[in-house]
Amino acid sequence: MTALKIRGVTKSFGSLVANDNISLSLQKGEVLALLGENGAGKTTLMNILFGHYVADTGDIEVFGNPLPPGATDAAINAGVGMVHQHFTLADNLSVLENIILGTESLFAWKSNTDQARRKLQTLADDFGMQIEPDKWVGELSIGERQRVEIMKALYRDAKILILDEPTAVLTPQEVDHLFETLRSMVARGLSIIFISHKLHEILNISDRVNVLRRGKMVGEIETKKADRNRLAEMMVGREVKRPKVEHITAGAPVVELDNVVLPGAKGHRPVIDGLSLTIHQHEIIGLAGVAGNGQSALADLLSGLRTPASGTVGVAGDTLASFSPQAFINLGIGRIPEDRQEKGVVGDMTVWENLISENLRQAPLWRYRRLIDFHACRAFAKNLIEQFDVRCKSMEMPAKQLSGGNMQKLILARALQNNPRFILANQPVRGLDEGAIAAVHERLLVAKRNGAGILLVSEDLDELFALADRIAVIYHGKISQPISVNAVTVQDLGLMMAGDLAHGLTVQQGAAR
Amino acid sequence: MIDLFEIFLTAGFWAATIRIACPLILGTIGELICERAGVLNLGIEGIMTVGAMSGWMWVYQGGDLWTGLVFAAFVGALFGLLHSLFTVYLGLSQHVSGIGITMLASSLSFFVFRMMLPSSTTPPKIVPFKPIHVPGLSDLPFFGEALFSHTPMTYLCFAIVPVVIYVLYRTPVGLAVRMAGESPMAIEAQGINVLTVRTGAVAAGSALMAVGGAYLTMSAFDAFYFGMINGRGWICVALVIFASWRPGKALLGALLFAGLDALQVRAQQVAGAFIPYQFFLMLPYVLSIAAMVIMARRARYPKALLVPFRRGERI
Repeated sequence: MTALKIRGVTKSFGSLVANDNISLSLQKGEVLALLGENGAGKTTLMNILFGHYVADTGDIEVFGNPLPPGATDAAINAGVGMVHQHFTLADNLSVLENIILGTESLFAWKSNTDQARRKLQTLADDFGMQIEPDKWVGELSIGERQRVEIMKALYRDAKILILDEPTAVLTPQEVDHLFETLRSMVARGLSIIFISHKLHEILNISDRVNVLRRGKMVGEIETKKADRNRLAEMMVGREVKRPKVEHITAGAPVVELDNVVLPGAKGHRPVIDGLSLTIHQHEIIGLAGVAGNGQSALADLLSGLRTPASGTVGVAGDTLASFSPQAFINLGIGRIPEDRQEKGVVGDMTVWENLISENLRQAPLWRYRRLIDFHACRAFAKNLIEQFDVRCKSMEMPAKQLSGGNMQKLILARALQNNPRFILANQPVRGLDEGAIAAVHERLLVAKRNGAGILLVSEDLDELFALADRIAVIYHGKISQPISVNAVTVQDLGLMMAGDLAHGLTVQQGAAR
Repeated sequence: MIDLFEIFLTAGFWAATIRIACPLILGTIGELICERAGVLNLGIEGIMTVGAMSGWMWVYQGGDLWTGLVFAAFVGALFGLLHSLFTVYLGLSQHVSGIGITMLASSLSFFVFRMMLPSSTTPPKIVPFKPIHVPGLSDLPFFGEALFSHTPMTYLCFAIVPVVIYVLYRTPVGLAVRMAGESPMAIEAQGINVLTVRTGAVAAGSALMAVGGAYLTMSAFDAFYFGMINGRGWICVALVIFASWRPGKALLGALLFAGLDALQVRAQQVAGAFIPYQFFLMLPYVLSIAAMVIMARRARYPKALLVPFRRGERI
């Protein structure tokens, strides 16, 4: 039985065609994976199905009935439920309130919370999900919030469940738990659309894969007949060449953190809590961890944005006394910030202005100690643009008009042009397509060969395994011993990411033996 | 100093506190409803003015007092809808639109007043709400005068607070309003129209503000004159923050401010000889600022306050 039919959906945002004549169908009790790179149009398509957007053309049928466009209530009533990538929950309200909103007539005199509680409990028992209805959503962990988001859909009797990148924020163990839940739903006849760009998850959970590339449906394959390479090729459109990692013996320490503490907001635990870490020349240390465990605080510290409350930071053998971004630049520290648009570039300023922004006070850009030499600046920028292959129409265009990959190349050019001794690479390839990912990784490996020490912060364990020499895990502001990539497995990291940092020691001892 | 403390022992002080608090209660609760839905309504000062004028004018033209209140609420809701058109539907700056509404509504009130009563030099008067005599209670010593010698509209102002608390925290529509101020996307994802919820909240809140203004011309006094609202709207905006967006605390805040105001009038009489009277005029505001600084440190804003929601835009 066909649960869902999407026919010829097209949707444009300005000049960008996000969905170009897309059709797909979903059977009852089936898990359909929607695979594609970031920006391929997966989320747009699902937002159209759920009624957040109105398609320019095309139509949708749910269980044989046409679905009116642009109405979330119609989609919900037809049996469509969506677990959004960015959860649609209100932190300052209880779990129960988040779930029952919209289930009663707005003009009822009283919310029937007793009945809602009972229904919620029945559902929770049925699907083996623990739910505490009176907790505030803000108090829940990310995994628990996702369960609330799923429960919202089940409470509305969803027959088709859309999950948009559900695993991005979960530890490997939580992913396993989610997959169990999804399987029990399928066993009860629900259909699932699973959006992801992580190949191993898609191979694990789905029955069939539809591949999107640049807004077009480019292929469909049964999961049984697919393998990693085949899927990667369909997703990217060509064979993907990964840069080769060469092992170089690590040199002298470039950055040494010793027992560093950064206090958190008032009444909260420290965001960095007694963290010690040494990074050497010719070495990439991968930093794994669930988002929000102190990664951004550590990044701020290593960018000179925050001063530790206690502990010491040493760079190339000297202990730092003052912390400022300028001091860190002068020490030869290159920074690739987490959020390109927000912190990496000034979007409204031109490409060349962004390129020179860290070198402004150096000759020849800076003349007579006060004036900017525009000719020298443009020449400097032009050189970097060529060297780092930043593709832009002109260096006078605002940086925000660059594509994600080229914006990242701009940031790399600025960070790497001085051959820094240490590079902080915070989520350097998030949201980039495969070609750009390869380019960024290649640059980082070249810098490593030239002697830089690199801290690579990433939520993508595949990236860490592909690039890092050693991997450390951060949890609640504490860090584990870095372990050689050859000794550690995804399962080990999962245990550590869930809080068992001491597990790292066991792994290391095992490897030593 | 002895004299100052004696003020608290007079029934007149407490009765005045209650009278002064009424417009503040309605204004603060009205503003709170708007802000709980995520819309700052700086039109409050003007909406209170227009409420004061239109309720009064209705009665002056021969209407009765209660329908006058309904009319004031209706006019207030209209200005709320205008504010909602700009801020909710068009997503424009809530500050700019609010200040604009205040200027428009105030000027329009004075204009209409002058147009309809061009020749009057002394403000014309109506017969306002009269205090009701509750047999037994009103005859009590002290409490009779302090608590049970008020107009029906005064009791209405106090009765509205528990009603609003019930609606906000116990009914589906109240949940939708609170959610609209916390996470509009969550409402949308549950199949409810965010824009409708916000518009409804702004209109209802504005209606309450207008009735708060009408209290001045229809219960506290009997005439409408220029500069009548005199910053009460802005006090209400501050009281919402003071109350951390909770209606119960808003009632307390309004009473506290009103108490200070009633106190300063009487303190002027007691100590006016040695201290310039401007000092006393300033007191309620200084103490409110001090209270705000203490309370607002822990204030929890509705997360989506001031954030417009645009449907179907790229998320």
